[in-house]
Amino acid sequence: MDKLILYLQFPYVRYAFIVGVLIALCSSLLGVTLVLKRFSFIGDGLSHVAFGAMSIAAVLQLTNKMLLILPVTIICAVFLLRSGQHARIKGDAAIAMLSVGALAFGYLIMNIFPTSSNLSGDVCSTLFGSTSILTLTAGEVWLCIILSAAVVMIFILFYNKIFAVTFDEDFARTTGTRADAYNLMIAIVIAVIIVLAMNLVGSLLISALVIFPALSAMRIFSNFKSVTICSAVLSVICAFLGIIISILTGTPVGSTIVAVNVAVFLICLIPGCVKGVIKR
Amino acid sequence: MAFITATDLSLGYDAQVVAKELNFSVSPGDYLCIVGENGSGKTTLMKTILQLKEPLGGRIEVGDGLKKNEIGYLPQQTIVQKDFPASVKEIVLSGCQGRCGLRPFYSKEEKKLAKDNMERMGITDLTARCYRELSGGQQQRVLLARALCATQKLLLLDEPVAGLDPKVTAQMYDLIEGLNKEGITIIMISHDISAAVKYASHILHIGEQVFFGSREKYLESKIGRIFLKQQEGGENNG
Repeated sequence: MDKLILYLQFPYVRYAFIVGVLIALCSSLLGVTLVLKRFSFIGDGLSHVAFGAMSIAAVLQLTNKMLLILPVTIICAVFLLRSGQHARIKGDAAIAMLSVGALAFGYLIMNIFPTSSNLSGDVCSTLFGSTSILTLTAGEVWLCIILSAAVVMIFILFYNKIFAVTFDEDFARTTGTRADAYNLMIAIVIAVIIVLAMNLVGSLLISALVIFPALSAMRIFSNFKSVTICSAVLSVICAFLGIIISILTGTPVGSTIVAVNVAVFLICLIPGCVKGVIKR
Repeated sequence: MAFITATDLSLGYDAQVVAKELNFSVSPGDYLCIVGENGSGKTTLMKTILQLKEPLGGRIEVGDGLKKNEIGYLPQQTIVQKDFPASVKEIVLSGCQGRCGLRPFYSKEEKKLAKDNMERMGITDLTARCYRELSGGQQQRVLLARALCATQKLLLLDEPVAGLDPKVTAQMYDLIEGLNKEGITIIMISHDISAAVKYASHILHIGEQVFFGSREKYLESKIGRIFLKQQEGGENNG
């Protein structure tokens, strides 16, 4: 406990808490929709695209890498979510293709044009977000707070529309809901969240932030509103616990948060199993 | 003037025509049944009526005070819906979405409308239940209630009894007939030709040969008799 209080006196630790909790909140909100739309892997795919974009930005020595990463990721998200049903290459294959392609391409570029002497260290920290969450500046924290607030606002305002489009896109469209526009909005929001979340858990583990809280909540609750709220609460708790544990034990932040999420998911499996046994 | 008028309509996907030269119209109060073999373009026709798909040729017009978003739609179940964590109330309420426009939340009238339609479909006691735990027949009632929230004029039903057992199937048909008698126009896609000739006022048969006309004329027509015989033969064998 003393150790924790000691650490909390450093601003970068407080920043890490703020950013971690906010990102966990945002990613879990859209996670429910993505899991139900069968887009669980979009987090993975897009984060690898973001990794590819980041390596290009690094080679070009851009001062503000976000300017390149965010548009590229948004374009890919739009491409993936919009082409979903009618594309020649179906959802999962398209995501896999993009994900692996961008990962390989990014690593290749970083190798051909090395920008620092510690290449594998750079790659590792981008992929697993090992230290970047502890090197946040106040500006980045503010950016994160503003974007998170925007995401939460959008989600609350469009909650009913997101539900209608997720449950039955064709029906929503025939009754005059502009499903394409909302799909586009979901794509943009998820791209923004993923670019933000790269700082926290790195590109390899983002999928976990998106899907685990949603899956855990779906084990316990059976209506959309409770699932969404529960998933947000679980995600925030997991991120909080994960950061505390990683500070106390010195483990990497990203993978600790994911490990806590996995543990919570396993706990959430229990009620379902118990119900099953009783029914039998 | 009819709700829906199709003139020389041809349908298909990727420039491959599956049905052509369709001429039919749906007037207020009609009960139109669309029958035909698998692959004859029934679902494609439905999507065209709903304007989810562009016709390859010809025209389809909506008129007589029917707005494009006043067509209620009972789709076939998708895989996504089978394990969707949503309560009955949430789903029925989502039928009011088209009325909302950009307004983010549902109004009191819309909540009342959803409640009334749940009563109408006899699913009030299921309000808080999870959709995925319901039986097939109950799920169809939920989706019907949702469609009724979207419209009071025209319902499109895509294979509404697929996968239901005979007893529930009969109940479902009675329910639809009741709605038709209340004045709601019905367009139904069905494999079940015996039910089609029992309940429908008009039949549209699509396939290699096309027929459109009243039920009586269909029963007298050559194509109708052949198709009925085939289906009955098939059912006896099965």
